Amino acid sequence: MEGDIAEMGKFIGAGLAAIGLGGAGIGVGNIAGNFLAGALRNPSAAPSQTANLFVGIAFAEALGIFSFLIALLLMFAV
Amino acid sequence: MATTGTEAPSGLQIHPMDQFIVKPLFGDGPIEWYTPTNVTLWMAIAILGVTALLVLSTRRRAIVPSRGQSVAELFYGFIHKMVEDIAGHEGLKFFPYVMTLFMFVFLSNFLGLIPMSFTTTSHIAVTATLAILVFLTVTIVGFVRKGPGFLSMFWVSSAPLLLRPVLAVIEVISYFVRPLSHSVRLGGNLLAGHAVIKVFAGFAGAMGVASFVPVLAIAAMYGLEVLVSAVQAYVFTILTCVYLRDAVGEAHH
Repeated sequence: MEGDIAEMGKFIGAGLAAIGLGGAGIGVGNIAGNFLAGALRNPSAAPSQTANLFVGIAFAEALGIFSFLIALLLMFAV
Repeated sequence: MATTGTEAPSGLQIHPMDQFIVKPLFGDGPIEWYTPTNVTLWMAIAILGVTALLVLSTRRRAIVPSRGQSVAELFYGFIHKMVEDIAGHEGLKFFPYVMTLFMFVFLSNFLGLIPMSFTTTSHIAVTATLAILVFLTVTIVGFVRKGPGFLSMFWVSSAPLLLRPVLAVIEVISYFVRPLSHSVRLGGNLLAGHAVIKVFAGFAGAMGVASFVPVLAIAAMYGLEVLVSAVQAYVFTILTCVYLRDAVGEAHH
């Protein structure tokens, strides 16, 4: 066994931080699923709401991206 | 993000981050701010591509458009409608800016998909510059147009009075986090996607006869990356419009 304990902590921390992206996945899936459910009920209103769909996805994804950023910082910056 | 790749253990040669290293185009000297690097090269190609598409192809202004002119008109109409729908009629003053942002990000994303090319928008430095410029534009334009009234967007008047100070704190934080999330969303998505493709490529090199499995996976990931490139350029632009609405439009709270 070689390497130091700080290196190990870095990798474990990066892996733990990446778990946060799972939340973003749940959020984005929730938004897209609900959009599809709504669009199938009222297909004529769907095209006007695609912009809102993408904005919602972007905001939900942002929080997951933050944890990804923490993982990247741990891997390459710390 | 110009760091060396991770050393994978047990002889697997995977260097997923090597593709993001900024190298000088000529020689191996130190990189100063004026050194032409591969980032400079691919940004210049993106700008030349946008110019060729938007200026050269529409030069003749034919009534029956050529192929290039049709594509340019499609982009123009698409972004024009997006700005008008989201930022409002007042926001159309910023249409040239939004169009420039979209075309640059879109073409940079797609140029990055060419094998052996360099994805400039995968670097947080590039996307952060774009996002900070958007943030400064929105802040300055908001204060110029609305004066101190621009601060009222932090004071949610539709909420109960007791909640308003709490919401104001949250709104201020979310306002200042905007450039961070705006840039990391674009950069992170492309960085992660390209790194995943390289990881699969590393598997393909190590698996011998069974390497057709990771190669098929690469093809699938590549298809996803094409989608992600377009969607992230769209999202970057649409968020710019949403932020501009705060500065130029009526309050939406």
